[in-house]
Parts: sequence; structure tokens; C-alpha cells
Amino acid sequence: MTIRIISRLDIKGPNLVKGIHLEGLRVLGKPEDFARHYYRSGADEIMYQDVVASLYERNSLEDIITRTAKDIFIPLTVGGGLRTIEDIKKVLRAGADKVSLNTAAIKEPEIIKEASRKFGSSTIVIAIEAIKQPDGEYLAYTDNGRNYTGVEVLGWAKKCEELGAGEIFLTSVDREGTGQGFDIELVRMVSRSVSIPVIAHGGAGRLEHISDVLKDGKADAVSIASMLHYNFIKINKNFSGYEHEGNIEFLKSGRNNSRVKNTGMAQIKDYLISKGIDCRPTVNVGALKR
Amino acid sequence: MSDVKVVIIDYHMSNLYSVKNACERTGVSAVAADDKNKIMNADAVILPGVGAFSDAINNLKKLDLISPIKDFVNSGRPFMGICLGMQLLFSESEEFGQTKGLALIPGRVVRFDANKNIKVPHVGWSPINRPKSGLGKWMDSPLRDVQENEYMYFVHSFYAVPENNKNVLSVTPYGESEFCSSVLSGNIFATQFHPEKSAEKGVKIYSEWLNAVRDVKGERN
Repeated sequence: MTIRIISRLDIKGPNLVKGIHLEGLRVLGKPEDFARHYYRSGADEIMYQDVVASLYERNSLEDIITRTAKDIFIPLTVGGGLRTIEDIKKVLRAGADKVSLNTAAIKEPEIIKEASRKFGSSTIVIAIEAIKQPDGEYLAYTDNGRNYTGVEVLGWAKKCEELGAGEIFLTSVDREGTGQGFDIELVRMVSRSVSIPVIAHGGAGRLEHISDVLKDGKADAVSIASMLHYNFIKINKNFSGYEHEGNIEFLKSGRNNSRVKNTGMAQIKDYLISKGIDCRPTVNVGALKR
Repeated sequence: MSDVKVVIIDYHMSNLYSVKNACERTGVSAVAADDKNKIMNADAVILPGVGAFSDAINNLKKLDLISPIKDFVNSGRPFMGICLGMQLLFSESEEFGQTKGLALIPGRVVRFDANKNIKVPHVGWSPINRPKSGLGKWMDSPLRDVQENEYMYFVHSFYAVPENNKNVLSVTPYGESEFCSSVLSGNIFATQFHPEKSAEKGVKIYSEWLNAVRDVKGERN
């Protein structure tokens, strides 16, 4: 079984941002620059998440999708603020290959059925933002882990599969942005109980974390943000065009996020292959850079 | 800029953006159409698709596109199927009992069995290899520039089982066994994977296929 490495990019307005526990966002650059770089360096998929669900700024998101999809020939998933079949249609038309739903699905689970019927199961990814409760139970939240829903994660994941979801994008809000490693227990619990692929997200800080969640957590794919972003920031000096978006002093200073070890896609893939994990090697991709 | 007329059949079953975009990248502006005259006048036709087999056949029927597709293929012009667009070319699918396909290639479409070794749908990158019996055909197909064991992007729960081994162009391992991941049958080339989502090697498949389209057109004129 070949696993996938998915580059996740959180988007706010025209910018790539990154927070901790999905909050405290910092501007990192233009999403399409990062996406193009990840595509060329061998990412298996790209995921865009509109973290402020800025419905009033939808056109800007659609423009970003279109600019990105033109240059990258790997799957692009888009999530954040998609409420209706019409919203889904718009981002697919702009060039996304899959959509990710959270709030809309929890509020009205039937949208999973309707959307998977209309666009194909493989197009519908359900995002679950899990927070571990003091009693050990995992509950699903919405709005970047801010809104309590009371929905229990495992039952919800099974229901999503039943309703026709193609994949589960499983975020541990507790670990997100911390670089402390994935919540293996959470990932394993969900992955073993559904037959659709589970993407583990939240906590990658070192290469071992990635192999651990694949081997012990039985994840089918892993979503990486900080480890890759802070690595690319060192190379990317294109700050033009988003100065108006608040504080970019952090960026200009060239500092790192001390919680994570910077790494490139090739390093991740080489490491996993060395651990006997089957993934698409990056060597064949680089040769075709233009 | 287009020297050949390529039509992508739009039967309301998938997002055509990426297929169109891959053609554009190779210098061909393909046109989406659900109109049989446009299909019949094309130099080459692409049948994409994601979703359910029976819904797809029903949509093709509603749009009155079954016979035009068959007529087009029988005219000998290049025809490419992608994903569900490959599966539809076979005689029948076991999805929801039995559903009849376009029957342009003899064979059946069956479902993966989910078990502890494999997840269904199969989503992700897997290698394509030559079948033991089909060594010669690879180099005469749009795969000629693709190395053995190259990874391509797949999203599917069903796969085709051609009746005739000579139609099998490539095979791909999944779990303990392997399945047919592309076929070549006369003027039909079809892939279970998505070349338009398989990075630069996938785009290369489009460009080889479109080169063949140009050659065929040249010969016709």
C-alpha cells in the first residue's frame, strides 16, 4: 500500500498562514508559490484550507485555486466555509479536484450523501477536527477547533463513510502546529474502523513522527504543513504583494518555528523509503522541472 | 493554437478542468461538449469521468451519446478513456447488480474487496508495469516515454478485467494482487489512473497521445 504525503496550506485572504492549535495565524507567503514548490519537489497532493472561511472573499480563494491548478498536475483539495452544493460546484469549477467539508457535514450530514452522489465519493473529503476530552473521549469540533458540537469522533467517521465520503481528513487540534508528534491513538482508532482512507494531520515536527503515524497509527496519508513551510521560507524571498496583510516581520527575519525540524519533500520520502514504507519516490519528479 | 480538434465528452459526471488543463499544457485547446455533432466532427475524443457507472451510462443515454461514441470509435479516430471513462468501455459492471457498458472492449468491471490489506477506494499513487504477456505494446502506446514502475495517481473502487489479455497495456499492484491499469485496443487508449493528476509524467502521456492524434489526422488528410 502506497502512502501519500499531502502538503497542507492554510489560507487567509490572499496569504498562506500558519498557526498553532489552528489559532494565532502568521503570514508566510503566497499559497501558489508554496504549492508550486511542493509540486515540483514531489508532493503527492496539495490541500488548501481557507481558515477564516471568508465567504465574503470567495473570489480571492477561487482566483488562488485557478492560478494554482494551472501549474500543478497533482490533486488539489479545497476546504473551508463550503456550505452548499453550489459552493462545492464553484471551487471544483475553479480547478479543485476534491473538496473538504466539516461544519456543513456536521450540521446536515445528508449533504455528504448528496455531494458524493453528485460529484463522486472520491471528490468528497470529510474533515474532522478532534479534541481529546479529559475523560479520554474524542469529540469533533468545527471552526478551527473553536466550536463544540458534542459529536463523538469514531461514530461520526463511520457515519461519514456510510453516507458516501471518499476520505477522512483527521486533525488532532491538540497537536496541530505543536510539532510534538501525531496523536497516534486517535489516528489508529479511526483508521482501523473505516475502510476509506484516513489522512492524519496535526503534530508533525520530526521525520520519526511521520513514520510513526503511518506504521503505528495505520494512516493512509499524512498531511504536513509547518515542517515544509518553514523550510521553503528559507528559500523563498518573494515578499511582494502581501505587505498590506499585517505583520510579516517574522518572515523577513528569516526565523524558524523552533518546534519543528525543517525538511523538504525529498527528505521525507527518502526517510520513509529507508524505513520500508512504500511511497512515490521523488527522484522521477525532479527531472522534469522547467 | 490548436491544430487538432479534441473534444472532451461532458456528460455531467466530472470536473473537466484538469483534463482540459493538461491538454492545454501540451498546446492543444480541447473543447468540452455534450453534443453529438461536435463529437462526430472531432479529430479525437476523450471520455473522462468519476462517480457511479450506472449514473454515467444513464447520463450518456439521456444525452443520446451512446451511439455517437460507438460510431466515433468505429471510425478509427483516436479515443481516450480516463478512470470511469475507461470502465465504461467494457461490456458490463457488477456495480448495483449488473449494468451494461458501451461494450467496445470485451470484459467486466468488478469491485475491490476491502480487507485488512487494502482500503477501498484505492486513492493514491501506485506504479504501472508491463504485463508479462504484453511486452511489445508499451512502446507503441502513449506510455512510451514512461518508465516501467512509474507512479501514477489513482482514485477508484472498481477496476476492469479485460476478457482478452492482449488488451492489457499495464498492470498495477494493489494489496496482494494486481489489476489492469490501462488498455490499448486498436484506436482506444484508456487508463484507470488520472494522467492529468500524475505530475509531469502524466502530462507526458497526454502529449504522446496528442502527437499520435496529429499523426492520424495527417494520414487522413
